[in-house]
Amino acid sequence: MTTSSTSPKTGTASEATPTTGRGWFFGLGDRWNSLPRPQQWAWLVPVVVLIYALPLLNPPLLTTEPGTNFPLALFDVARFALIAIGLNVVVGQAGLLDLGYVGFFAIGSYVAALLTSPDSVLWHIPYLWTLPLAMAVTMVFGLILGAPTLRLRGDYLAIVTLGFGEIVRLLATIVEPLKGQVGFQSVGHPPGTNSEGNAIFAVSNGTPWYWLCVTITIIVLFLVGNLERSRVGRAWVAIREDEDAAEIMGVATIRFKLWAFVIGAAIGGLSGALFAGQIGFVNNQKFDVPTSVLFLAAVVLGGSGNKVGVILGAFVVSYIPNRFVELAAYKYLIFGVALIVLMIFRPQGLLGARQRLLAYGRQAYLRIVGKPEQLSSDSSLKGEGDRIS
Amino acid sequence: MPVAHEGRVPVISTIVLAQGPDWIQFDVEAFVSQFWSNTIDGLAYGSIYALVAMGYTMVYGVLQLINFAHSEVFIVGAYAVFFVLSALGFGPSAPNLSVAALVGDLVLAMLVAMLVSGLVAVALERVAYRPLRRRNAPRLAFLITAIGASFAIQYALFAWRGANPEPAVIMFRPKPVFEIFGATIDSQQLVIFGAAIVLMIITDMFVNRTRLGRGLRAVAQDPDTATLMGVNKERVIVLTFLIGGILAGAAALFYVMKVPAGVQFNGGFILGIKAFAAAVLGGIGNIRGALLGGLLLGVIGNYGQTLLGNAQWTDVVAFVVLVGILMIRPTGILGESLGRARV
Repeated sequence: MTTSSTSPKTGTASEATPTTGRGWFFGLGDRWNSLPRPQQWAWLVPVVVLIYALPLLNPPLLTTEPGTNFPLALFDVARFALIAIGLNVVVGQAGLLDLGYVGFFAIGSYVAALLTSPDSVLWHIPYLWTLPLAMAVTMVFGLILGAPTLRLRGDYLAIVTLGFGEIVRLLATIVEPLKGQVGFQSVGHPPGTNSEGNAIFAVSNGTPWYWLCVTITIIVLFLVGNLERSRVGRAWVAIREDEDAAEIMGVATIRFKLWAFVIGAAIGGLSGALFAGQIGFVNNQKFDVPTSVLFLAAVVLGGSGNKVGVILGAFVVSYIPNRFVELAAYKYLIFGVALIVLMIFRPQGLLGARQRLLAYGRQAYLRIVGKPEQLSSDSSLKGEGDRIS
Repeated sequence: MPVAHEGRVPVISTIVLAQGPDWIQFDVEAFVSQFWSNTIDGLAYGSIYALVAMGYTMVYGVLQLINFAHSEVFIVGAYAVFFVLSALGFGPSAPNLSVAALVGDLVLAMLVAMLVSGLVAVALERVAYRPLRRRNAPRLAFLITAIGASFAIQYALFAWRGANPEPAVIMFRPKPVFEIFGATIDSQQLVIFGAAIVLMIITDMFVNRTRLGRGLRAVAQDPDTATLMGVNKERVIVLTFLIGGILAGAAALFYVMKVPAGVQFNGGFILGIKAFAAAVLGGIGNIRGALLGGLLLGVIGNYGQTLLGNAQWTDVVAFVVLVGILMIRPTGILGESLGRARV
């Protein structure tokens, strides 16, 4: 809070932007939110078109080649974005620390593998049907895990989910039909062949997979966005900010926490099924706890609670190891240190969460009192600390 | 099949669950025949869990923080044990040393490990947690920092020593000492169990009988009031991390004794989760609970492993126990408290 000179009487454009002292870049979010909907759409369309065109453009500085195939790297980014959006519902919105998110991701992958791979003894269904099925199955697992544990104090949840992620991996190793390290070859993919008769959704062909994943991500983004603006979303924020207060105000905390957990799980399962399809091979090696922490790093790095933030975080976490291959071996070290440093210096992440409701409240306060109110903490990670210098 | 159990082999020795012949099998026969040896070995493992669990439980008791990075404090100690013993000439085969020389070497290794682990724990508090406490950060930030610190240390070790475990260091060949219910107790199990119990008693006495321990309990009970009463809260917190680290260093020696080839960059992670489960099982924040929980978890894990027929089941059983305990009695067996009940 450096600027205290702003007063509404000056009549400048600053009215819509409660001065945050974060510079023009971070003020962008406020300016964006103050735009009318059609204008937001008008701005979004070219951005989305650009995102879709990326694998074809293969821009020189951005490209990950020759290290990694660029469309595949982009698919990786899109997959991480989807995961981050899902985990953000749990961590960012409802404020529940889920360290076993990879478990849901793994279950989604195994659902896709078990029902499409020729190595599996179960009946087979078309690949695209496994996507909703993976979501349904992971929702059930989310319910099984969440129902007993969400009644507990928040930090127990962290360790229980961590254990859950590990159990899923161990069961994939021990239980024989899940084939451990041998895994499942040639997992299914969406139908369609090109003019030469090759499958469009081949393992090596990243572009269609990227488009599919981006499309799904955008759909999920819409659904989750609507959910956040609904009664459910408000309940989540209330729980995140102060669970006891929320409970007293009549929010059914356990039910809404369970909702967040289950919805997050479903998105995790969906991304797992997508991943299984693209890689075409599922075994127990890809679902370890470090991966789970990488997912968490994506959410926290970008700014938990902020959808644009977590997508940025997902981009950083997945793109950097692909772009700078020499750093790939150290990615866990780098992101581990990044988490510590971030919590100390910028706990709200690169792009902190701004809750619209609270922003309205601030504007109203501004009009009545005539001076900017202290920026209240509206991220699960933004403590009182910022005011204590 | 030992003769002693021949009369009571269950009629159904193998119960098959769910679909297919090889899904999950219960090997009741092996469970019965190995019951006592499992119990004894489980107690030895459990002592290691208990020592590590102490670090979790004390930090939790004072700060209400799950110090995820404690497992790395422990594994750094294991590295210290490995390097000291390697420098002293220990290797993949047990050395021929007199008992006095062997004990001297092991004590030296333990002291170095305690020192290293203690320093790492204190450094961790300084670098990662103290800035957050200064800023009065929310709990989620602490947890994320802890997990970040855990990974930073783990992968710093990885960058330094690579993914493969260090070569085994065998300290001594376990010799059978005596028998109970047909199960032999060997010198290794005896040493681990005995030393762990002694260390736990010392810690318990330190917390309950000394002036510093009283300060520690005071801060655990009510930090603000304790500060008003003249307890230096910061010093108590450092002390808590230090004691936890020292015990983890001791645990590291016993761990290397039990699992000679277990010194690996991520070797502490699962053990850490199990130790935390042990702390919760006994009642987090409760020192005696950590001992009880550790021993119980070691024994239960061993039973599960024999019953289900694969060593990897130990971890699954441990997690299931953790979830079960949290569901039925979230405060653990002995209840949560560091010394005394906190409201």
